[in-house]
Amino acid sequence: MSMLAEAPLKNAVPTDQELIDFVVREARLIDQQRFDEWLDMYADDAFYWMPLEWNQTDPRLTCSLMYEDKLLLSIRVERLKGARTFSQKPKSRCHHVLQTPQVDSRDAAANSYVTWTAMHYVETRLEEQTLYAAWATHHLSVEDGKLRIKLKRVDLINCDAAFGNIQLFM
Amino acid sequence: MTRYAGNAAALRALVREQEVHRDVYVSEEVFQLEMEHMFPNSWVYVGHDSQVPNAGDYFGTTIGTQPVLLVRHTDGKVHVLHNRCPHKGTRITSETCGNTGKFFRCPYHAWSFKTDGSLLAIPLKKGYENTGFEQSHAAPGMAPVRHVRNYRGFVFAKINGGGLDFEEFFGESLSSFDNMIDRSPAGQLKVAGGVLRYMHNCNWKMLVENQTDTCHPMVAHESSAGTVVEVWKKAPPGTKKPMAVEIIAPFMSPYEFFENMGIRIWDNGHGHTGVHHSIHSDYSAVPGYFEKMTAAYGEERAKAILGENRHNTVYFPNIMIKGPIQLLRHFKPIAANKTLVESWTFQLVDAPDMLLERTLMYNRLINAPTSIVGHDDLEMYERAQEGLHSNGNEWVNLQRLYSPDEAEQTNVAVNGTSEWPMRHQFRAWSKFMTMGM
Repeated sequence: MSMLAEAPLKNAVPTDQELIDFVVREARLIDQQRFDEWLDMYADDAFYWMPLEWNQTDPRLTCSLMYEDKLLLSIRVERLKGARTFSQKPKSRCHHVLQTPQVDSRDAAANSYVTWTAMHYVETRLEEQTLYAAWATHHLSVEDGKLRIKLKRVDLINCDAAFGNIQLFM
Repeated sequence: MTRYAGNAAALRALVREQEVHRDVYVSEEVFQLEMEHMFPNSWVYVGHDSQVPNAGDYFGTTIGTQPVLLVRHTDGKVHVLHNRCPHKGTRITSETCGNTGKFFRCPYHAWSFKTDGSLLAIPLKKGYENTGFEQSHAAPGMAPVRHVRNYRGFVFAKINGGGLDFEEFFGESLSSFDNMIDRSPAGQLKVAGGVLRYMHNCNWKMLVENQTDTCHPMVAHESSAGTVVEVWKKAPPGTKKPMAVEIIAPFMSPYEFFENMGIRIWDNGHGHTGVHHSIHSDYSAVPGYFEKMTAAYGEERAKAILGENRHNTVYFPNIMIKGPIQLLRHFKPIAANKTLVESWTFQLVDAPDMLLERTLMYNRLINAPTSIVGHDDLEMYERAQEGLHSNGNEWVNLQRLYSPDEAEQTNVAVNGTSEWPMRHQFRAWSKFMTMGM
């Protein structure tokens, strides 16, 4: 199946390969700046979480780099299109290199699947190119015959470092 | 080339009534002189004593670019020490914060020091007999910063002797700390939630100035706050306004909102925006909080405390606090064109957790390196840092709502879009930069 279109699941329960393809496709949509399609991969009640602390367990009473629901994610996507978004003039570009995602757990009865993916992420704008190393944990479920992200957690290896602008999505 | 060292007149000439010379932002020499004079002559924020609650707890930070340690001594008192072994200069602590027990031990040659800095022991001490060691710079131990003041948990230090004492330096501006602390039913704050660190390729003063710049939000933040407002308009009628929208949308308020909110000017570069109202005024009530405040203070006083909605209070030289959401930003100078911004959040002791939750959400939505609002600001600072190298014009204009008699006035409230606070910051800069020169 081509990576360009979203593949419907063959059966009610996704195979490991379907979970892996889904995670790989997500990174590709970000790299290709297809953010509207990217946003559609998220469930309506999804969260995107980037902890600030190593092994952080609490997104509510401990600060995070990002802990955003779909409304905030859609605001980010709209902002990237804005005519007066000066920090994106010129635009940033990004590049993911993923290890093969590992399926950490699958629970068809609970409709819950978790994958773990080591990755390098490069973001670039003007002369600056910055490399980040991270692990992405995807909590996925099947909705209307399609996989959807319930939670994407991105743990940066140097989560507590002082960064400049990180403008896109990891 | 040296143009400014030892030349108070040349430094004073960088600050005019309505404009400042670009060298205050781009000159490495001016930056070095700030570190030698301006910061050591000022009362500079070190940290909060809740970061070192127990004897032996320490926290490493900087005054200007000098490394110092905030440490709790065995007698319960908080000390500020230069973070340097008196022997060879080695930084004493290996972590930013932790507990050292009863003494510090240098990792290089095991010289050890009590937690007030005094020398405890040196291995092979006999080797120093008859060498006149007692008269050496090393003998007293780790050098303490002599002038330290703990104001209701907030610790400030001044490296140089002389100059202004703590009360003279801050004056009535301490009322913003009082209001932030009094928002706790127990009258106490605690550092909580973790510190956000954000590296800026610009001069530290650009950040300080921006805290009282009320003419930029509706322009620079159209990208972030403007998008929030537009996306939120599409929500179905009757949808409950999310906390995130409550926090970001007011950045898009019109000029009139900021004009009417007012700015207060204090001596020595301090001041605050939000005399009458602020972007924090219309947050939803937190269940159970007002009841706790009333029980602690009585209804009238509780209303007075919560009725203050100061937006940004600038404490010269390099911090800003937001009382209504218990947040402190520390603009740490690294070089003329490099600044580390630390955003610290505080928990109101004995208040509902939801207040800390809101504080943390504000911090990550506005002040994080991953924050879209922060991106708007940093882009402008970095463009300014580059643009100032143009020889087309060597001066930065700070003229808005200037009044010729303003330098003599203090503790006044003026139009909220005035650049008076920035002019006042530079008057203070000039004063502390050349003090004793």
